[in-house]
Amino acid sequence: MGNSAHASEESLDVDYIQVQASQEFADLKKSHRSFVFPVAVGFLLWYFAYVLLAAYAHDFMSIKVWGSINIGLVMGLLQFVTTFGITTWYVTYANNKLDPKAAKIRTRLEAQIAATNAVQEEV
Amino acid sequence: MSRSSLFTQIAPLQSLGEQTKETSWINILIFVLFVGVTMVVVFRASRNNKTAADYYAAGRSFSGGQNGTAIAGDYLSAASFLGITGAIAINGYDGFLYSIGFLVAWLVALLLVAELLRNTGKFTMADVLSFRLKQRPVRIAAATTTLVVCFFYLLAQMAGAGGLVSLLLGLDNGNKAGQAVVIAVVGVLMIVYVLIGGMKGTTWVQIIKACLLIVGAAIMTVMVLAMNGFNLSTLMDAAVQTSINEGGAGAALLNPGAQYGKAPLDFISLALALVLGTAALPHVLMRFYTVPTAKEARKSVVWAIWLIGIFYIFTLVLGYGAGALIGKKEILAAPGGVNAAAPLLAFVVGGPILLGFISAVAFATILAVVAGLTITAAASFAHDIYSNVIVKGEPKPEMEVKVARRTVVVIGVVAIAGGILANGQNIAFLVALAFAIAASANLPTIVFSLFWKKFTTQGALWSMYGGLAAAIVLIAFSPVVSGSPKAMIPGASFDFFPLANPGIISIPLAFFLGWLGTVLDKNTENPRIQAEMDVRSLTGVGAERAVEH
Repeated sequence: MGNSAHASEESLDVDYIQVQASQEFADLKKSHRSFVFPVAVGFLLWYFAYVLLAAYAHDFMSIKVWGSINIGLVMGLLQFVTTFGITTWYVTYANNKLDPKAAKIRTRLEAQIAATNAVQEEV
Repeated sequence: MSRSSLFTQIAPLQSLGEQTKETSWINILIFVLFVGVTMVVVFRASRNNKTAADYYAAGRSFSGGQNGTAIAGDYLSAASFLGITGAIAINGYDGFLYSIGFLVAWLVALLLVAELLRNTGKFTMADVLSFRLKQRPVRIAAATTTLVVCFFYLLAQMAGAGGLVSLLLGLDNGNKAGQAVVIAVVGVLMIVYVLIGGMKGTTWVQIIKACLLIVGAAIMTVMVLAMNGFNLSTLMDAAVQTSINEGGAGAALLNPGAQYGKAPLDFISLALALVLGTAALPHVLMRFYTVPTAKEARKSVVWAIWLIGIFYIFTLVLGYGAGALIGKKEILAAPGGVNAAAPLLAFVVGGPILLGFISAVAFATILAVVAGLTITAAASFAHDIYSNVIVKGEPKPEMEVKVARRTVVVIGVVAIAGGILANGQNIAFLVALAFAIAASANLPTIVFSLFWKKFTTQGALWSMYGGLAAAIVLIAFSPVVSGSPKAMIPGASFDFFPLANPGIISIPLAFFLGWLGTVLDKNTENPRIQAEMDVRSLTGVGAERAVEH
């Protein structure tokens, strides 16, 4: 399978099952999932709440707030605000909480792969 | 207000659609200039197109900012720019409501897909889906759904080209032969771009186009706002006034209901397809392989979200601006109908030069998006079907790229033929269909294979084929295809399914089938490869590196 991403050559040098079971990796995985899952569910609920209101609660959405600007338009523009906000929030979180943990595991495994390759070349 | 009434006084002398015809040579000139510049860029980009990683993934050498701009270029298709501006001009609030789904959807890509996909895949969506499952069946299934989604998306763009061309070149709506010639020209240009430039050339075309489109829309937005004292409320009042003057919907324009009021469930189904379909569009996913790391893939999505979000805020202003300055009747009477709102607005606020600029950009958009789709479909065929299934992972060196290039020509010919046949079909419907199929056939398997340890080959196959079949069958029996005079087949009536978009049924069904197929599967997958994918997806160990030249 030289041409597929499947079972790359390095994979033989690393015991991925052991890495997967390690506390370090479990910690990274937990940090990742405990952020992305709740946030994904949250924005989907918020978006569909908006869609349902726009689809069924026409009178409520048509209430004017300021000039001709009504609740529907405000809620729509808030969707933009939350999308930009979640994006920035996730990037900050990933830079501070995810990247350092991922880099630590990656550096260690890559050193391990390089060492194994060096031994094989000497033999 | 005073200026808008000024324009409505001028208009009746000669309809705007007629006036724009006189200056169509400017549109052509600017478009030819765009083609010329991009051709030079594509030729320069083509110098390092030797390996598959160069051809499909641009050597993984683009930065997050560049790739994010290209993603925005891919995503802000003619259907989106012209379609949404037109929808807001005609239907007011509901057009805006429609646009939001396209933006919010990017959070799915940002949070759940982009980085993990970059870390585990190589060139195509199938690389990720087949990583820890059985290669052959999963690759064939993933390539099939990729090709189907690309086909419908391609058809939508090419079908739009015909109508757009009438507007830009001043051809009559009924001049089908003239439109067919132009569709063929678009197809041939696209083939040249993709053959020579590969992913690198295509990406540069997208970047140039995205910049022009966003700058053009920004200029128009500022001009429209300036006419209304930089007050959105004043602008919306002006749109209502124009609507009342021509006996239209009036104040109802600002409230939900004009377009989706009669069939709210239809819109919910569409919203579901939009939000879950974006992160499963193969041509979007493939873009994540053009950057060197997962972190750059994250930056790409961030750039894309900001550019796309800002652009849709522009379209809100442009839509109401077109409603105020031109009005529904005049827009619908112009060549290109709803799609004419943005170009006519350009003419009204900036004269023939701005019209030429916007028209040329809109036309370039079709070219660039079609090129992006074509390279995705060609990569999927050559990499997934040819290399991994036909020659079973042992292609001769450079043969895969050769196959990809031949596929580009075949897809180009199919796109030209399909575009001529589909000319005049409902573009928004075809795009929505592509999103619905992507959300049903691809997204459940992407999510399961990235996040569910026990997921098996049978689950993937049931979900992909089941989701694909459900989406297509429901469309075939929907009111869009038959049962009314406006349907694709007006005479027949086999519209058993009441909704125009299948998403609300086919997406949950595909998730369910993925689960059912897995729990009923007697075989289990190799836990070592599952562990490798898990570790690689989050840490980036062993991810494909940028190509050194």
